[in-house]
Amino acid sequence: MNLRNIGVVYRKELREALRDRRTLISSLLVPLILFPLLTAGLGAAVSALIGKAKEEVPAIMILGGEDSPEILAELRDSPKVKIVPSKPDWKNEIINKDIRAAVEIPPGLQDDIAHQKSATVLIHNYSGDLKSELATSNVQETLQKYRDRIVHENLVAQHLPDTALKPFDIKDNNVAPPEKVGGAAFGGLIGYMVILLCLTGSMYPAMDLTAGEKERGTMETILSSPIARVDLVFGKFFLVLTAALVTAALSVTSMGVSFAVLEHAHAFDQAGPDAQQMQLQIHFTTVLSIFIMVLPVAVLFAAGLMTVALFAKSYKEAQSYISPLMFVVIIPAVAAMLPIDLTAKLALVPILNASLLCKELVTGTYHWNFIAIIFFSTCVYAAVALFLAVKMFQREDVLFRS
Amino acid sequence: MIEARGLIKDFHDKKRGRVRAVDHVTFTCKPGQIYGLLGANGAGKTTTLRLLATILEPTDGTALVNGHDVVDEPQKVRSAVGFLSTATALYPRLSSQEMVEYFGRLNGLDEVTLTKRIDDIFSRLDMNSFRDTRCDKLSTGMKQKTSIARTLIHDPQVMIFDEPTSGLDVMTARTIIDFIRECRQRGKTVIFSTHIMSEVEKLCDVVGIIQSGKLLAEGTLEELRARYRQHDLEEIFVQIVAPLYVPQEKN
Repeated sequence: MNLRNIGVVYRKELREALRDRRTLISSLLVPLILFPLLTAGLGAAVSALIGKAKEEVPAIMILGGEDSPEILAELRDSPKVKIVPSKPDWKNEIINKDIRAAVEIPPGLQDDIAHQKSATVLIHNYSGDLKSELATSNVQETLQKYRDRIVHENLVAQHLPDTALKPFDIKDNNVAPPEKVGGAAFGGLIGYMVILLCLTGSMYPAMDLTAGEKERGTMETILSSPIARVDLVFGKFFLVLTAALVTAALSVTSMGVSFAVLEHAHAFDQAGPDAQQMQLQIHFTTVLSIFIMVLPVAVLFAAGLMTVALFAKSYKEAQSYISPLMFVVIIPAVAAMLPIDLTAKLALVPILNASLLCKELVTGTYHWNFIAIIFFSTCVYAAVALFLAVKMFQREDVLFRS
Repeated sequence: MIEARGLIKDFHDKKRGRVRAVDHVTFTCKPGQIYGLLGANGAGKTTTLRLLATILEPTDGTALVNGHDVVDEPQKVRSAVGFLSTATALYPRLSSQEMVEYFGRLNGLDEVTLTKRIDDIFSRLDMNSFRDTRCDKLSTGMKQKTSIARTLIHDPQVMIFDEPTSGLDVMTARTIIDFIRECRQRGKTVIFSTHIMSEVEKLCDVVGIIQSGKLLAEGTLEELRARYRQHDLEEIFVQIVAPLYVPQEKN
């Protein structure tokens, strides 16, 4: 191996990559824009939409209830719902989103309540529609207050305390620190994003430096120079790796900065007490740990993608080979978002292991034995992929496939 | 000097199985001489030249290029060879000068020598006006000059041209032809493949006629004319090639 020649190839490939708009977009622009957009942009958009939906006083219909004036009065007096005159095609009105819900009050409800008979009030809604579900919850809240008052009055009439019906309360109490709660909630997503961006960052240069070179007719030009093929592969590989690492580094940094900005802006505080319990603190050490763990994954991607792309005759053909590989990466990366805990066996599954580890790192958990297994196993997979890439570059039937 | 000794190259084809593209090809090309490899499409010209340039490895047989064995010392062979064909394209995002510099560095030239050589070649080929222009912005003629500069940068003793004028207009093709002549004048060993008879008549000191991977006839133009009792090279070519000719199948 000739380091000088590897350097010559690397510098030339870097120069070309920096002049290539597609590489710049996939390696620099996407990670720089994606995380701020996802965290700040998307978060703000979602909270604005939910806020707007909550602000809206939903229109509802009341079906029946003429003989139950008390419950009607409760609903009419509630500021959380707006009663509209009932119509026979109330179902269509809900489906067409003209009204958000319809409350069906059974005949003789007030009498039944007075005689302590059981009865059911039905809330017809549009399941899955956020505004309809909010309307349902507003109606439930109003009816629950009314029911609680009746229960209280009944208990008073029987000279019984409220605790007769509710002898004790049940509450849950989180003992995990806020950053761990936030990490558990977002950690899987962060690992997934970093790994996916690492793949997308290396994808374009890997195709451009192999199949692209064949398509442009420069493969024969470079093969006629005295450089050894192993040096050529390494020169190209280091450029693809650089693109993957730059993408990963930028995405991790961008992610850290985005969350820091959100934290500084107290964006989580404004989102309510639940969100305060879920602060996502990503420290420099966490960012560094994620980056180190992603390194062998980037090597695996760079070498693996080059091996596959080299087989193709053209850039387009390379895309058709590589696109299905996206699923191979996305599925284990997505699986890490499921409630799966890292085990010794899972630590050997490529990509899934790194993704699960990222989740742990974000929560500040460091299982050193798993970290060692994952790092070394991924290094082995990466070395195998690199070996295959070198072998592929020595195959005439691949280089001159026509 | 090029000495091809029983070169054989087999390929594997899914439909046809083993295909012999080059079949026991033996010839010698001396310094200061232009050897023309004449053959129809698919005759084995490109494969033979790729074997000599060590872009492909022979299945059997070998060749000595500037004293180096193509099988045992491929890198030394490539250092001694300038390879030019219409398939050897340029890097579109590099400038003309960067392209030539890249190949100079890959050939192990130090920066001082590289700068001196580039200045010399760019002046000689009248390339200074577009030395900083990206290759994807160059005209065909400028591209060819850049390719020539790329093959010359390490001052190789052996020049291999694979159908260098294919698809070029008359003026650009003339630049290449003049360049090949200049290589001979400078005492380089030159081999070039073509299927254009007029180019052979204009340039070649020795002609080798190849078909189905076999070198069927070899000699100076006069020798071939005397041997086949024909003056017209095309007639000689058809007479030699016709018995073995099969229309080319796309592989």
